[in-house]
Amino acid sequence: MNVLEKLASIDRRYIFLLVGLCVLIPLLLPFGLPTYTTKHAQNLFNEIDSIPPDGPALLLAIDFAPSTAPELMPMARAILRHCFAKNIRVLVLALYAQYTGMAEMALASVIDEYDVKNGEDYVYLMFVPGYYAVMLSIGEDIHRTFPEDFYGNPIDSLPMMRDIHNYDDIALVATVSSTVSPRDWAVYVGTSYHQKIGVGCTAVSAAEFYAFLQSGQFVGMLGGLKGAAEYEDLIEKHGYTKKGIRKVASIGMDAQSAVHLMMIALVIFGNIAFFILRRKK
Amino acid sequence: MSTNLWVWAAAFLTLCVLTFLYKDNPFFKFAEHLLVGVSLGYIISIYYHNSFIPMVWEPLLNKEFIIIIPTLLGLLSFSVMVPKYSWFVRYPIAFTIGVWSGISIPRNFQGLIFEQVQGTLITTLTVSGIIMVIGVITTVVYFYFSAEHKGAIGGVARIGIWFIMLAFGAGFGYTVMARVSLLIGRMQFLLHDWLRIIR
Repeated sequence: MNVLEKLASIDRRYIFLLVGLCVLIPLLLPFGLPTYTTKHAQNLFNEIDSIPPDGPALLLAIDFAPSTAPELMPMARAILRHCFAKNIRVLVLALYAQYTGMAEMALASVIDEYDVKNGEDYVYLMFVPGYYAVMLSIGEDIHRTFPEDFYGNPIDSLPMMRDIHNYDDIALVATVSSTVSPRDWAVYVGTSYHQKIGVGCTAVSAAEFYAFLQSGQFVGMLGGLKGAAEYEDLIEKHGYTKKGIRKVASIGMDAQSAVHLMMIALVIFGNIAFFILRRKK
Repeated sequence: MSTNLWVWAAAFLTLCVLTFLYKDNPFFKFAEHLLVGVSLGYIISIYYHNSFIPMVWEPLLNKEFIIIIPTLLGLLSFSVMVPKYSWFVRYPIAFTIGVWSGISIPRNFQGLIFEQVQGTLITTLTVSGIIMVIGVITTVVYFYFSAEHKGAIGGVARIGIWFIMLAFGAGFGYTVMARVSLLIGRMQFLLHDWLRIIR
């Protein structure tokens, strides 16, 4: 058995080990590999940046579980930081029961950095089952859809909600999601109410959602850890981040690049080895 | 190192799950079963406090008896547990399908077909637009099964396969990126939140 044959039947756990090292080493010894901002991340940033302070609100729909938090939590936090730094009022919403905790966690990790108050600068809307009905009902009357906020306060008692009634008072829906909900926001809300939709999604979903960017149904998109890192860089460059804030997604990009290079090398090597071994047979 | 007990618990469970990379073992099984149990308990609790209490219990206390109708309709879903009366489940299913179809069908046509087709037409003047239109047409031809894929149709369908393969490649690349991101997230947790050895 020659070297190629041995490698062809290598225990896959060695590959796992290699991937682990490619992640571990850049985290311990960062290389500082350059990244660039994509047009779609820039577009989402510009769209949020153009919302006037204390003007129409941004509706941030957070729909992800802990399993995709490494990609999506940095996005949610970066969008919240952008809004709070610019005094953009934020409505936070979770469409699925199991994601309410992640939405609360995203808010809790950011609000202490800014001088913001619950009910005045942001409102975390209560969970209401019914997904599609909720999306559409906001377009009719947000007060009727959510009688209370997540903490049990009557929605009518919150100062911020006095002039927010439906999508007319919402400048942008930003959906940070590991589900198909961005597509549903485009189909149900974009179509019915001509509401602008911005998206933060996992890398797995990004390939599917490019079609919606191309058709103009999404105004911008952050795809995976790279998208989160881009947004972190954008808000830092514009001075919307407080000093000392940890750029979680950006820190991970060296490891991401290292694993991608390793994967490319393995795919090329695997294909060459496959053809050589096939010729021998 | 962190002094937070919950961080230690999370680190322990993370390591339990990662042991599966070597082989299946009791530590992984423990973490897996714990996750299933905790997730289910969490969802039941969220639904109870955010759905049942404010939308069923409190209206009933306020004598808004109209809520009994949707509540009964929902309760009929549990009839599947009693074989003799399991046919009652047809009513909530029929109601859900009726409402969902009425809401979804026109919007899906508008959002997923008309707007996507419109998006395909408006950028044909650019190189990428032309490539996109060729990709759409050849891919649709590949999925046209009422004519045998021979001759001209076969040639166009073959081009369609190339576009489909490119889409699979893009999908695979993004999937690798996503999975690696999750590993990076856990590594960051272990090295930063737990061990505190990276910034």
